[in-house]
Parts: sequence; C-alpha cells; structure tokens
Amino acid sequence: MRLRIGDPDYAAPGDAPAEETSPLDLMRRFLQGDLASLRVIAAIALIWIVFELQNDRFLSAVNLTNLFLQITAVGLISVGVVMALLIGEIDLSIGAVSGFAAAVMAVLNVKQGWDPALAVIAGIGTGAIIGLVQGFLFTRFSIPSFVVTLAGSLVWQGALLKVLGSTGTVNLTNSEIIKLADTFYSPAVGWIVMAAGVGLFALITLSGYRRRLAAGVTSEPFGLLVARVVIVAVVAVVAISILNSDRGLPLALIILFAFVIGFQFLTTRTVFGRHLFAVGGSAEAARRAGIGVTGIRVIAFTLCSSMAAVGGILAAARLESVNQSSGGSNLLLEAIAGPVIAGTSLFGGRGSVWSALLGATVIGSISNGMYLLALESSVKYMITGGVLLAAVVVDAIARSRRQAEGRV
Amino acid sequence: MNGNGAPILATKGISKSFGPVRALDGVDFEVGRGEVLALVGDNGAGKSTLIKAIAGIYSIDAGELFFEGERVSIRGPNDATRLGIATVYQDLALCDNLDVVANLFLGQEELAPGPARAIRALDETAMEQRSHELLDQLSVTIPSVRSEVGTLSGGQRQQVAVARSLLGEPKVVILDEPTAALGVMQTKQVLELIQRLRERNLAVIVISHNLANIFEVADRIFVLRLGRKGGVFDATKTTEEQIVGAITGAEFGEGETGEMRRQP
Repeated sequence: MRLRIGDPDYAAPGDAPAEETSPLDLMRRFLQGDLASLRVIAAIALIWIVFELQNDRFLSAVNLTNLFLQITAVGLISVGVVMALLIGEIDLSIGAVSGFAAAVMAVLNVKQGWDPALAVIAGIGTGAIIGLVQGFLFTRFSIPSFVVTLAGSLVWQGALLKVLGSTGTVNLTNSEIIKLADTFYSPAVGWIVMAAGVGLFALITLSGYRRRLAAGVTSEPFGLLVARVVIVAVVAVVAISILNSDRGLPLALIILFAFVIGFQFLTTRTVFGRHLFAVGGSAEAARRAGIGVTGIRVIAFTLCSSMAAVGGILAAARLESVNQSSGGSNLLLEAIAGPVIAGTSLFGGRGSVWSALLGATVIGSISNGMYLLALESSVKYMITGGVLLAAVVVDAIARSRRQAEGRV
Repeated sequence: MNGNGAPILATKGISKSFGPVRALDGVDFEVGRGEVLALVGDNGAGKSTLIKAIAGIYSIDAGELFFEGERVSIRGPNDATRLGIATVYQDLALCDNLDVVANLFLGQEELAPGPARAIRALDETAMEQRSHELLDQLSVTIPSVRSEVGTLSGGQRQQVAVARSLLGEPKVVILDEPTAALGVMQTKQVLELIQRLRERNLAVIVISHNLANIFEVADRIFVLRLGRKGGVFDATKTTEEQIVGAITGAEFGEGETGEMRRQP
C-alpha cells in the first residue's frame, strides 16, 4: 500500500503554517531579533539613571566622553574574545598578550627608534603570532584551550617583564602613538563621520531589502527597517552632540567602531563567519560538512590574540606608558565577562560582536560610576564580581532553557 | 516497480572483517534508479558495515563495487560523494544553532557576486531562494527557512538533513534509520519524503528496524543475516512474518524461500 501523496488530508497537520505574518508574530520576531540586545540596552539605561541620581556629573558630556575612552581598550579585546567564545573556547591569555604586545610596540618605538606605525604593526603581529601558536597547540594536541592559554598567560607575563627590562616601564609621553587615544576631531568632522556612517547603514539596509524583494524572498517589513535606520540615526546624532559639547569625536572611538563593524560583517556575512558559528554549534557536523575545523579554530585564536594586542596598544596610548602591570588586574575578566553579559554564550555558537561593545559599556559604566561615587575598593570589587557572576548565571539559565526546549 | 533498467549501484561478493569478526561475507547487493530498497537485519547483521563500505567510510577486504555498470573503487567519503552517493546518518549532523538555509548550504555556501567574492561574502538571498525551491519540490513543511534547526521537530530535522544531501545532485541516497525516534505524524512526513525521492528517479537505500514503515515505503527488501545475504523480497508479495523469518533465520534457510521470491 502506498501513501497518498498530494492528498491534502495528508499534508502534515502537525506543522505550523509557513511564514507567519501576524502582528503578534512580527512583534515576537522584532523582540527576538536585533532587539534581543534590548535587555542589555535597558540595563545600561538603568545603570546610567541610578548613577546619575547619585551624582549628577555622571551623565555630563565630559564624563560620558571619558567613559567611552575608558571602554575602548576592553571593548577591542572583547571583540577578539567573541571569536574564541563563538567556537565554544576561551582564551585566558588575552590580558598578558595585550600587555606584552604593547610592550613590544613601546620598546621598538621608544628604545629602538622604530617608526610609530611600524611599531604598532609589530605589536599587532606579535599578538597574531601568539594566537597562531596557541591555536596550533590547542588543535594539534587537543589540549583544552583554557589550559593552553592559562599557561600562555604566564609565559607572556614573563615576556612582558623581560622586554620592559630593569626599569620596568617604558614611557610613551613623547611618542606619536599616544595620539591614538588623544586625538579629538572638530565638531564638523564629527558630523561628517556620523552622516557618512548612518548613510552607509541606510544604503546597505535598503539595498539588501531591494535585492530580497527582487529575488522574491520574504524580507522583514519595510517599516521595521526604516525604524531601525531611524533609531540608529537618532542615537548617532545624540552621541555626536554629546561628544562635540566636550572635546569632540575621539579617534579611539572611531577605531573601536571600525573594528566592531568589521568583525560584525566578518562573522555574519562571510563564509568564514558561518563556519565559525558552525564549529561552535557542532564541531562534528561542521567536520562532516567538509569544513576545515582545525583551520577555523586556529584563525579564531589568531584573531583573538591580535585583537588583544590592538586593545593593549590603545590602553598603552591612553596610559602614555607600558609598565609591569599592563594587561593585568581586572582586564582579562572584564574582557571575557563583557560579551557574556551582553548575550554571547560561553558554550559556543551563539552571540555577536555587538555584545563586545554593549558588555564593555555595562562594565565600564559600573566602574566609572563607582569611581565617581568614590566607593571603597572592597565594595567595588564585590559589586563588579557580583555583576559578572550574575551574567554567567543568566547565560547558563538561557542555555538550560534552550535544552529543555530540545535545542542545544 | 523494480527500478528502471540496469542497477545504478551493485556489489559483488564484498567482504569486510574486523579482526576475527566477519561483518560482511560475500554480499551481492544491487539497487536501481527510482527504487526504494529497504535494508533490514538483526543487530550486528552487517547493515551499517555494508552502508559504510558503500559510503567510503570502510574499505572492503574483498569483492567489487559497480556504479552505473562500471567497476569503481571507493576509497573515502569524497569518492562516494563524487560518484553521486549521499548518506544521511542517524545523528543527522546538523548545527542546531544555525537556521535551515545555513544548514542546507553548510560547507558549500554560495558566494556573493562582484568584489565581495574576494572576502568570500555570503549570497544569502540566492541561498534562501534555492532553499525555498528545494524544500517546495520535496514538499517539506517547516515554519520558515530562517528557523533555527534546533527549534524544529525530529521529523522536520530529518527532512532538512535529507534535503541537504540532495544539494549535491546525488543519484543514490542512503538513509540510516530515518524514522527512529519519530512520532507517528513525523514518521509519515519522512516516509512521504522518501516517496518523493523515488519520484525524482533516485535510488534510495533505507536502513530501518520498523517493518511496518518498510512495507509502506519500500519496493524491495534486502535481508542481511550474520553478514550474509538472507534474501531479497518484493515488498508487495511478502508478509512481515516472512521477513522476520529471514532476519532471524527461524523459518527459512538461507536463500530458500527468499531466493524463490527474489525479483529478477
């Protein structure tokens, strides 16, 4: 006996109808989509309101500009951390790598007289090579990544001390490199950069919509896309207004956004990014699909360490020196916790580069606000630790809920 | 009913041993275009070994493989894929965190045209369009091609896995336990999908323990017993009892009734 194919009665009654378009469903998709980060933005708003109520200098243009400058280094390192987290791994060497790479740059520039640009490239190259080595050790010998990078962390910490030599510090005060953190653009330039950025975003959004329409593939409603462009434009206008009423648009912020946007594109719009998520979701499935899992992992670790170097260099430029404690303290924990707070999973395959920026903003706001309130160190540590712990718990709960729904 | 013309895939006397265990012992096996062949047998009868030998996972110790009438050697999974043999394993190997389109094209993504190709940018629109075409042809019903695969039911996941195997335009599709662990409705969807593969003139080999499902979907039933051929039966002219007998070896000796009922 054969099944009656084409008989409407047999048309899979268990399934939901394809492509729901009810307002409720649109709302659900809206909330689950790019506004899943809405929760984090709400948290940032809450934090800002609380601190503003305690100290009305918190939301001043000066302090907000400082806040952005403070989060640049951690944000850049977090961008790299997202690469490791997406494949379900972790890199505990990023703090030490950021310090060591900055030291290499500083020594080459100040003591060896290298051109600043070359010294910066050498610093980033140092990070890339470290990532390559650690990625190779991790994949070749199947050693857990946290072990490789924890051991690496000690090695690079030692290398930092060695490179800095007996004085233990290299001053960048007279170096061109500090301009990375000390350059502010005039209001006019700020507006032009903003207009160009928002215009590009609108253009990409619109052309994507048109292409999908032309191909007859369902797209998000036009109104939703317009709303998104408008929201981005409003936020950009407000941000530039605030920055312009203080020192202007900082170069460091442009660098941060350039890397965030670049890596966002890499992870969501390219074959490499797709494979990154696949390896994080199921390495076995990726392997069977013919993806070079080892290569993807090594590249992810290389990008992670390279971004640690970039962050370290920006931190050094801001501090105007590299010393023995560069890359130490809370940097490692904050750089990893940031993306996790903002929704990138510790278990791989879920998250986004934006979470690096949002997470750094959350953590940066808390530490900036506590500094303004002149809280004791003891309290600061406990609050910061508590927030980080809460974020990891939220991630674990989200994961177990997914598993309960049959999603892994 | 029994395929069109010459078999597309055939084995002659293939054997495979693991140490002292003779998993396959001189098995002759063939499947034709537009035919659904069920492969049944008790645990350890050699079903998986036979499939893996054809799919290039195991190398065979002795015997010959023929594809479209020509003798071929399959030395690895890539050889099998190149010939046009696609295998959907029981664990499906899908990435739950990716959507249906991403899973369908995983490892064979379409690239955006123009300068974006240099950075290997994805052509999501083209992939989504082709996904719709493919899934529509197969009448696969999923909420949206942008659904995360992890949110789909077992039957839908199975259908996505089968659809993915078709992207490489194979001629033979091997399904390993496609209905295991599925509910009644989901099983029916998968069985309907198998019918559509036959309508596309593919040769389909289905491993299953569920005889009811097999009788619903298969043209012929190939019984393996202790690594040997236990008989080939026409699904329309055989009862479940006869198949059970051939599987267990209780009622029919090797090749007796089975061989008599074997189709030419």
